[in-house]
Amino acid sequence: MTTTQKQGQKPSSGITLPPAQAINGGEAVAYAMRQIDPEVVAAYPITPQTFIIEKFSEYVADGLVNTEYINVESEHAAMSACVGATAAGGRAQTATSGPGLALMYEMLWVASGMRLPIVMHLCSRSFSAPLNILCDHSDVMGMRESSWPMLIGSSPQEAYDQAVAMPTIAENKSVLLPVANVLDGFTVTHSVERVEVLPDEVVKEFAGEYEPDIWALQPGSTATFGTLDANDFYFEHKRQQVEAMKNSLEVVRTQLNAVGEITGRPMNLVEEYLMDDAEIALVVLGSSEGMVRAAIDQARADGIKVGMVRIRLFRPFPVADVRKALEGIGAVGVLDRAIAFGTPGNGLLQDLATSTRTMPDRPLLMDFVYGLGGRATPKQLFRQAVDEVLNMNETRVEPDEPAYLGLK
Amino acid sequence: MTLKLRDLSLKPDLFGTGHGLCAGCAESVSVRQILSALENPPVVALATGCLEVSTTRFPDTTWKVPLIHSAFENSATTIGGVDAAYKALVRKGRMEDRPLTFVVFAGDGATYDIGFQWLSGALERGHKFVYICLNNEGYMNTGIQRSSATLLGAWTTTTPSGDARPGKPEWHKDMTKIIAAHNIPYVAQAAAHNWKDLMTKVRKAEQADGPAFINVLTPCDRGWRFEPEKTMEVSQLMVEAGLWPLYEVVDGKYKMTGARQKKRPVMDALLSQKRFSHITKNADDATIAAIQAKVDEEWDALQALCEMSAAE
Repeated sequence: MTTTQKQGQKPSSGITLPPAQAINGGEAVAYAMRQIDPEVVAAYPITPQTFIIEKFSEYVADGLVNTEYINVESEHAAMSACVGATAAGGRAQTATSGPGLALMYEMLWVASGMRLPIVMHLCSRSFSAPLNILCDHSDVMGMRESSWPMLIGSSPQEAYDQAVAMPTIAENKSVLLPVANVLDGFTVTHSVERVEVLPDEVVKEFAGEYEPDIWALQPGSTATFGTLDANDFYFEHKRQQVEAMKNSLEVVRTQLNAVGEITGRPMNLVEEYLMDDAEIALVVLGSSEGMVRAAIDQARADGIKVGMVRIRLFRPFPVADVRKALEGIGAVGVLDRAIAFGTPGNGLLQDLATSTRTMPDRPLLMDFVYGLGGRATPKQLFRQAVDEVLNMNETRVEPDEPAYLGLK
Repeated sequence: MTLKLRDLSLKPDLFGTGHGLCAGCAESVSVRQILSALENPPVVALATGCLEVSTTRFPDTTWKVPLIHSAFENSATTIGGVDAAYKALVRKGRMEDRPLTFVVFAGDGATYDIGFQWLSGALERGHKFVYICLNNEGYMNTGIQRSSATLLGAWTTTTPSGDARPGKPEWHKDMTKIIAAHNIPYVAQAAAHNWKDLMTKVRKAEQADGPAFINVLTPCDRGWRFEPEKTMEVSQLMVEAGLWPLYEVVDGKYKMTGARQKKRPVMDALLSQKRFSHITKNADDATIAAIQAKVDEEWDALQALCEMSAAE
C-alpha cells in the first residue's frame, strides 16, 4: 500500500463496487484481464508469473472470456503470437518473468518496432545464472531500452489498477507501442492482499476495444507488416519511436488519472512520501517502497528530514516529475535492484544522474544495490542507507562505488 | 481434385512485380503458383529470408495480400496469433466470419533449423494454416551457408570442400516425415518444376481440416551453382534421381504423386550442380556412392510406407 491508496474509500464517481477480493497480485492482474477480455492471450508458464495464466486459464475454461488463449511452447512464441494477433487486428496480452523475458528479447523490439500495442505483465525476477526464481529487477533493466512504456506497481492493488489502464495507453494513436505492467515477483505476485476491483462493465467501458487503423484481417487489406528497411528508412522509423515514447508519458499520466478518478485511488508517474520538508531522499522502484517507507518513518522519528520518491513510470523516464520531486533535496540514495555490470552506475542511478545533471543545485547521488535474487532487505538496512545519505549530504562527497545492502 | 489452367489464368496475380529475387530463383515462380492455387483470400506470414527481404523493402511491397513478417524463426506462431485473433474477433462479433486461408512461407533454415520449435508447437496446437517450406537446401539469404536440409557432400560457405572434408559431412534431416509424425491432416513434398502437382497439393492443404505442411524444393541457382535458366531442369533432375521424392501424407496415409520419379542415378542430378563438382569430378567418389546408397534406402522405406498405407 502507498500513501496514495486509501483503501475502502468510495470511488469518486460514485459507482457501486463489487466486494473487495482477497487475492494476490497475479490473480489481480488476471481479474483485470478477464474484464478487458482481449482477443488473444498467449503465454508460457514461468515462476512467479504462473498465478496470472493459471487464473486466466480458469476464466477460459469457465467460458467467462471470449479470448483465444494460446498455450505456446516458449516465451518467444508468446510474444510472436501476440505480434501476429495484434497485427491481425486483435488485442493481445501476455505475461512473463526474468528468463522468459530474456528468451523473448528479440520479439520485444519487433513488437515495439512494428508499433503493436501489446500488453505484457512482467513479474520481475532475476536472470540466470545462477538459477534463481526470486525477485530482482534484472529483467526490468534488461528491457528498459526496447521502446516499451513500463509501469512498476508496488502492490496487488496497483497491479490491478495499472492493468486496467494499460491497453488504453498502448493503443493511444499518438503512442502505439507495447507496454509493460511490472509487478514484483513474489512480493506482489504471490502476496494476498485486499484488492478493490471495479465492476466488469466499468472496466469494459474504460478499456473499450482495440480499433486499429490498419490490420491484416481488415477486409480488403493488402498491408505489409514488418517490412525490410535498409539504410534509407530505418533511422527515420526509429526517430518516430522516440516521439511515440515521448508522447506516451502524458498519455500514461492522463490514463492513470482517469483510472484514479474511477477508483478513488490516484496514481502518479512519481509517488512521493514525506517529501514536502525533506532534505534528503531515497529513490526506489516497486514493492520495496513498503519497507523503505518504514525505514523513513523510523528515521523521521530519529529527527532526520528524509523522504521517499517511488518512480512508477520507469519508461519513458519521467525526468520533469523526478526533478520536481527532488527540487531542493541535498542528497539522494538510489536503490538499485539489479546490477548493470561494467557500467559507470547501475540502472536507476544512471537515470537519476542523467535526469538531475542540469539542475542548478543538483542533489548528490549515492547508489545502493539491494535485494538481488530475492534477498530480503530488512528495514534496518534501509535505515542505515538513510544515515549514509545524511552523511553524504554533510560531507558533500559522492562515492564512486555503490554500496551493497545486506551482502554477506 | 482437378485444377484447370484456364481457370487459374483468370485469377488475379497476388504476387506482384518488382521484387528483387535473383534471376533464376524458383521461389517467385512457386509463390505465384501457390497463391493462385488457393481458393480463399490468403493472409500470409513470412519468415525472414530471401523471399522476405526481396519483396517487402519499405516503402514498396510485392504482395497484394495482407502479409506479416515478424522474425526469422517464428512465422508459424505469428500466423497462429492471426488464427487466434480471427476466431476471437468473430466470436466477439467484431468481424464477420469469412473464408480465409492462413499461409506461411518460410525457407528451410526457418523450418528445419531455427524455427523448428515454433513450427512444431503451432502444429501441435492445431492452428489452421498452410505452411509452405521453400526449400533451397541452405541459408541462401545470408550467403549460401549449410542448413540441416543441405545434401551430403554439398559445398556451402560453411561446409567448403577441402582436403580434410569434402563438403557437408552429414545426411540431411527428413523434415517432411518429422512433420508427418505430428499427425496433422495433410503433409506433402513438392518441387518447383511440377506446377500441377504443387498446386493440387496446395489446394488439398487448404481444404485440410487442420494444419497442413508442404515442403517445396525450390532450387537456388546461386547456391547450387547452375545457370539461371536451368532451374526447372535441375528441379526435375532432383526428382528423377530420387533425391526429392514427390509424395503426400493424407491423414497419415503415404502416397507417391507425379510421374518420373527415381529413374536415374543420383550422379545425373549432382552433375547439374557445381556445388557437387568437387565430388562429381571422380565418378568413383565415395560420397557419391554414399548418397546413392542412402537415397535407395530412403526410397525403399518410403515405398514401404506407401504400400502399407494402400493396404490399410
